[in-house]
Amino acid sequence: MTEITLIEAVTQALAYELDHDENVLVFGEDVGKNGGVFRATDGLQARFGEDRVMDSPLAESLIAGMSVGMASQGLKPVAEFQFMGFIYPGFNQIINHIARLRNRTRGRLTCPLVMRAPFGGGIRAPEHHSESTEALFAHIPGMKVVIPSSPARAYGLLLAAIRDPDPVLFLEPKRIYRLVKQDVPDNGIAIPMGQSFILREGSDITLVSWGASMTETLKAAEQLATQGINAEVIDVATIKPLDMDTIQASVEKTGRCVIIHEAARTCGVGAEIAATLAERSLLSLFAPIQRVTGYDTVMPYFRLEKHYLPSVARIVKTVKQTMEFA
Amino acid sequence: MTEVARFSIQHTQFLDENGNPTQALPAFCDNHELLVHLYRTMFHTRAFDDKAIKLQRTGKMGGTYASSLGQEAIFVGYGSAMQETDVLVPYYRDYGAMFQRGITMVDILRYWGGDEQGNHFAAKEDFPICVPIASQCLHAAGVAKAFQYRKQSRAVVVTIGDGGTSEGDFYEALNVAGDWKLPVVFVINNNQWAISVPRAAQTGAETLAQKAIAAGITGEQVDGNDVIAMRHVADRALERARNGEGPTVIEAMTYRLCDHTTSDDAKRYVNASDLEAAWAKEPLVRLRHYLAAQGLWDDTQEEQLRLDCREQIEAAVQEYINTPTQPISSMFDYHYAELPLELARQRHEAVELGGEHD
Ligand SMILES: Cc1ncc(C[n+]2csc(CCOP(=O)(O)OP(=O)(O)O)c2C)c(N)n1
Ligand SMILES: [Mg+2]
Repeated sequence: MTEITLIEAVTQALAYELDHDENVLVFGEDVGKNGGVFRATDGLQARFGEDRVMDSPLAESLIAGMSVGMASQGLKPVAEFQFMGFIYPGFNQIINHIARLRNRTRGRLTCPLVMRAPFGGGIRAPEHHSESTEALFAHIPGMKVVIPSSPARAYGLLLAAIRDPDPVLFLEPKRIYRLVKQDVPDNGIAIPMGQSFILREGSDITLVSWGASMTETLKAAEQLATQGINAEVIDVATIKPLDMDTIQASVEKTGRCVIIHEAARTCGVGAEIAATLAERSLLSLFAPIQRVTGYDTVMPYFRLEKHYLPSVARIVKTVKQTMEFA
Repeated sequence: MTEVARFSIQHTQFLDENGNPTQALPAFCDNHELLVHLYRTMFHTRAFDDKAIKLQRTGKMGGTYASSLGQEAIFVGYGSAMQETDVLVPYYRDYGAMFQRGITMVDILRYWGGDEQGNHFAAKEDFPICVPIASQCLHAAGVAKAFQYRKQSRAVVVTIGDGGTSEGDFYEALNVAGDWKLPVVFVINNNQWAISVPRAAQTGAETLAQKAIAAGITGEQVDGNDVIAMRHVADRALERARNGEGPTVIEAMTYRLCDHTTSDDAKRYVNASDLEAAWAKEPLVRLRHYLAAQGLWDDTQEEQLRLDCREQIEAAVQEYINTPTQPISSMFDYHYAELPLELARQRHEAVELGGEHD
C-alpha cells in the first residue's frame, strides 16, 4: 500500500489512461520535461514519449482550439492549462466550439476532451493565480465541470472525465494538492461524475462545499460537533451536472443548509444550489439557506487573501446563526 | 515566377562579450556620464534582484519573484532611451527600466510581496506589471492609438518574452500596429526559455524579429547583452515612433541566467554547460571591461557602487518590511468609482470579522 497525494493521484490517473488508451494525449505548457509547474505530469513524457506528452507553444486559444480538432478525430486530448487564470485566451474556443460541437452537428462530431487546471487561492501566489471561476464554466451549456477534493476522488473522477464522451473541465484545488495522502490503488476504476459525496453524516444541518474549501468545512463540522451541532457534510464534486438529489435528500432531512465556496458570491454555484433547494425543498426548511463565500471582489493579492477565503470561523458563525431559527 | 517581396533581419552589436567594440560606437557613447549611468543601473538592478530572491527564500517576501538576472541590459537600455512623456507597458522583468521611470524598489517588493500598493507608483501613465502573457501588447497598441489620435509626439514601449510571442494577443497587436502605423515599440526579451520550453520548441521561425515582417513592421535583432546596442536600437525605434514613422519590433537576444521565478527549478531542464556558456556573455562584465579600458571605471568605483547599492537596497527593504498590510476594507474600495450597496454590505461583514479567519 502506497499513499499518494491529490496531485500524485492526478499523475497516476493520467499514466493509467495513457497506458491503456493509445488515443489519449497529454499536452499543455511545460507538461513535458518539466512535468508541469506543479508536477502533475511528472515523468509522463519520459515514460510515454514526446508524441503523447507534448509541450505546446505558449498559447491557450491553441490549447483549447486544437483540442477540438483532435477530439473530432477520435483522439482524447487531456489538455493542461497552467493556471485557471490563464484559460481565458481559450474561452472563445470553449464556449463557442468545445461545448457545442455535438449539438451543432446533431451528434456527427463530438468533443470528448478534458481540460485540467489548478485553481483556487491560499498559496500566496502572484495575481491571476488564485481565482475560482468555476461558475463561468458551469454556466456554459454542454460543459461538465468536476472538482475533486481528495486523492481517491481525483484519481477516479479524472479517469471518468477522460473516458467521458463529452468535454470536461477538471479543476484541481491546488491548495490541497499535497495536503493529505490516501491509499489509491491504481486499478483503473473510475468514479462516476455527476454524483455528490456525503463525507460526514449528521442530522442538524447540511454543509455543502467543494474543492479546497472542503477542508475548512470539515473542520467547522468537527468544531460544531463539540458544541452539540451535528452537521452533515457534502462534497459536491461535480459542479455540472449537479447531483441535486443527494443535496436535496440531506437538506430535507436536516432542514438547514449552508453552502461554502471560495468563488465570488454573486452568480456563484452556491446561488444555483440555493435556488434549486428553494424550488424543491422550501417547505422542509427551518431556516434560510446561507452562503459563506469569497466576496464579490477581485481575489486580493496574497497579503489579504486569508480575509477573502471562507474560514472555519466564518462557517461556524453562519451555522450558529442558522441554528437560531427554531 | 516573379519575386514579389524579399526580407532580411539585421542583428546589431557594438561590444563583444569581452567589451571590445565590433564597430564604431554610436555618438551617444561620447557621453561618458550616460555610459556610467547605464552600468550603474544594470549593477543596481542585479543587486536588487539578488536581494529580492534572498527575501523570498528567507520567507520575508512570501510568494514568488521573477528575476531579471542576465537580462538587465535589455531593460536598462530601452529604459534609458525613453522620455518621461513616453509610456511603458511592461511585462514582469522590467525593473531596469522601471527604476529609471521613478518606480521604486519598494514598489516592486510590495507587488511581489502580495500588496496592490506596489502598482500605485509614481510613473503616472505607465502600466503595472502584467502577468497574463501577451495581453499587455494590445494595451500598448491602445495607448499608442491615443497618442496618434491626439497628434502627440510620444511613444509606447511594450515588452514580452520569447514564449509570449506565440500568443494570439501578440500577433493581433503587431498586426494593428503595422496596419495603423502606431507609435509603439515591441521589445522581445528572447531569453531562450519560456519556463521549461526552449525557444526552438516555441516556433519554426528562425527569428522572432521576423514576425514583424508579416505585420508590415520593421523587425530587427539586437545583442540584448550589449547595453550600447540595446540603447542604440531603442533610440532609433522610439525616434521613428515619435516622428509618426510607425512601430518597430526589437528582438533582444539574451539568456535567462536565473530560474524562471523563485517557484521554478531550472536544473530540471537547463543543462549546466549551456548555462555556463551563457554566463560568459552576460551584460555587466562586457560594459565594465569597456569602461575600464576607457579609463572611466576602476575597482574603487566598483566597490563604492557596491556599497551604495547595498545601502539603498537595505533602506528599501526596511521600508517594505515596515509597510503595514492594507486594511481589509481595501479589498473593496477600489473596484468601482462608487461602492455598490451589496458590496458595501460585504465590506461591512469582512471588516467586522476582522482577524477571525482561521
Ligand atoms: C496567458 C498566460 N499563460 C500562461 C502563463 C504562465 N506563464 C507565466 S510565465 C510563462 C512563460 C513565459 O515565457 P516568456 O514569454 O519567454 O517570458 P520569460 O518568462 O522567459 O521572460 C508562462 C507559461 C501566464 N502567465 N499567462
Ligand atoms: Mg523567455
